[in-house]
Amino acid sequence: MKIAVCVKRVPDSEARIKIDASGKAIDEGGVKFVLNPYEEFAVEEALKLKEAAGSGEVVVISAGSDASQETIRTALAMGADRGVLLKTDHIPLDPLPVAKALAAELAEGGYDLIFFGKLAIDDYSHGIGPMVAELLSLPCVSAIAALQIANGKGKAEREIEGGVEVVEFPLPAVLTTDKGLNEPRYPALRGIMLAKKKPLDVKDVALETGGLDVLSLSYPPERKAGRIVGEGAAAVPALVDALKNEAKVL
Amino acid sequence: MPFKGVDFYDVDSLLSEEERAVRETIRRWVDDAVMPVIAEHYLAGHFPMHLIPQLGELGALGANLPAEYGCAELNNVAYGLIMQELERADSGIRSFASVQGSLVMYPIFAFGTEEQRREWLPKLATGELIGCFGLTEPDFGSNPGGMITTAREDGDSWVLNGSKMWITNGSMAHVAIVWAKTGTLDDVKSIRGFIVPTDRPGFTAKNQVGKLSLRASDTSEFVLENVRIPKEYLLPKSGGLKSPLMCLTQARYGIAWGAVGAAMACYGEAVDYAKSRVMFDRPIGGFQIQQSRLAEMLTEITKAQLLCVQLGRLKDRGTMTPVQVSLAKRNNVNMACECARETRRLLGASGILAEYQAMRHAANLESVYTYEGTHDIHTLILGEAITEIAAYSG
Ligand SMILES: Cc1cc2nc3c(=O)[nH]c(=O)nc-3n(C[C@H](O)[C@H](O)[C@H](O)COP(=O)(O)OP(=O)(O)OC[C@H]3O[C@@H](n4cnc5c(N)ncnc54)[C@H](O)[C@@H]3O)c2cc1C
Repeated sequence: MKIAVCVKRVPDSEARIKIDASGKAIDEGGVKFVLNPYEEFAVEEALKLKEAAGSGEVVVISAGSDASQETIRTALAMGADRGVLLKTDHIPLDPLPVAKALAAELAEGGYDLIFFGKLAIDDYSHGIGPMVAELLSLPCVSAIAALQIANGKGKAEREIEGGVEVVEFPLPAVLTTDKGLNEPRYPALRGIMLAKKKPLDVKDVALETGGLDVLSLSYPPERKAGRIVGEGAAAVPALVDALKNEAKVL
Repeated sequence: MPFKGVDFYDVDSLLSEEERAVRETIRRWVDDAVMPVIAEHYLAGHFPMHLIPQLGELGALGANLPAEYGCAELNNVAYGLIMQELERADSGIRSFASVQGSLVMYPIFAFGTEEQRREWLPKLATGELIGCFGLTEPDFGSNPGGMITTAREDGDSWVLNGSKMWITNGSMAHVAIVWAKTGTLDDVKSIRGFIVPTDRPGFTAKNQVGKLSLRASDTSEFVLENVRIPKEYLLPKSGGLKSPLMCLTQARYGIAWGAVGAAMACYGEAVDYAKSRVMFDRPIGGFQIQQSRLAEMLTEITKAQLLCVQLGRLKDRGTMTPVQVSLAKRNNVNMACECARETRRLLGASGILAEYQAMRHAANLESVYTYEGTHDIHTLILGEAITEIAAYSG
């Protein structure tokens, strides 16, 4: 089983985001970057499939600047076999140029499965996985929360409003992963040291600019201070009243 | 809330990518696995045993020993960062890892035969086996050279007699590294190390009850009554008081880092509380007295961090001296004690609750202040290094 996992370097969800002087991008100074959490599920699932099969290869691919090598090495430390960085200084907001670059790389690979996170927590576009599938003419199941692979076929579950959707698909296929699919492992400390020695190809790519432009970034409006209506059971009537008549949510 | 650490001087830029990755991994594991349970284990007075296999799987036990024995083979800075992150949670967790790695695995590695290394180290690295280190005795604490535990040759065996006290992991250990005199009681040079499986007849351990510090740690007393072990259980390359002191240098090195972790945990708690607790119509962080507390803590933590990184670089280079370790242990643990106490005070009444960390750390750090050479003894070690006059001998 040959598996590709596409990963993105994103600001940590706990990071305090500042907008830079251009007003169109975030100031990366002092911000901690991590492997996109949804792609931790993807890496974990790929490793589990390889371990269950007893053989195979897990390749981690990222488009981004040199700093993304660290993100790739996080996945290598978890146990992936090798990495590929599609090196570019700028990731456009439009997912299509990125999807095209990834698809070009993936087309050559002969992968049985290609994983993405269902979204990257920086731009929330949900776009790249399905776009890559379309570009490669492969079936795509997005936001999977359970997966079985047997005899060249797959069965995945998606959590939908009020229930679970079960989807069967042939391999090769593109899958995007959701929370609940698995518990991502911690990289073993030995793995962190060995990750440095695993192959990581850096390939320069030139991305198209795409059709979307960021006009400006702004901070969300500040949240109003909360109000404590009382304490214990005695506060319930006042709370219900406030929710009904002030917040109008009941 | 995930722990963010303290880094006022961009100390991170002195660390490699791997060192930072090791720290992040342990930090995250501590957030996920230790923080949610530590207060309840502390109150109940027992060590969270279920964490041991996880520590093993991560590779956090004996992490600076070679991979051929199942260890992570990290450098000493990365090892120190593990200790820092573990003690951020609780000194008891760090104590467990220190004892297992520096006081049990290290002596087997440093003083053992190749067979002993292969027999013991892989299982100690996974946490399948737990070890303890028996040096201190009821009547010999700061002066371990006075020990009266003995080992006598008898045919194919060594026979050990004596008792050890204040032994971390003592009741839960499968194996004890016991230090005993093979010659007369005044012959300090005859001190040797022995690998003693704790299921041998004559070995009994008893939990020391009534601790108000390091409650989430097993501290025990054990008695050796004609405990017979095969000849090959001697650590052949050990000899004299220097051998256990070499182990202590390893552990103290980790403690210097660990103390920074405890101090950072307290400082973080102090800052959050100072910003959110409103009294006299403003956050208490807006009063000069509390700002002074916070400024002092930040300054001392920053100094201690820099001290640790440089000490680690020296250790990796192979030039670190035991006296340099004494300076770091003495300074950093005292610093952490102060941070914990000041945080507890800043928190007012909340500060006495187990829901917050400060008082637990403050209580724990009193043990850390005392074990592995008391603060006073490290003062004397430094004093001797400065004056070339030993205050504690002759
Ligand atoms: C929680 C805990 C865990 C421990 N774990 C272990 C373990 O795993 N293995 C192990 O072998 N030991 C362990 N110890 C023992 C620890 O190392 C000793 O407690 C320590 O060495 C001090 O010995 P003592 O308690 O007998 O104090 P003492 O040596 O009796 O000292 C009492 C006081 O006198 C001071 N003092 C002593 N000598 C001098 C001097 N020459 N000049 C000035 N002041 C002096 C000391 O600083 C101290 O303030 C542990 C202790 C604790 C509290």
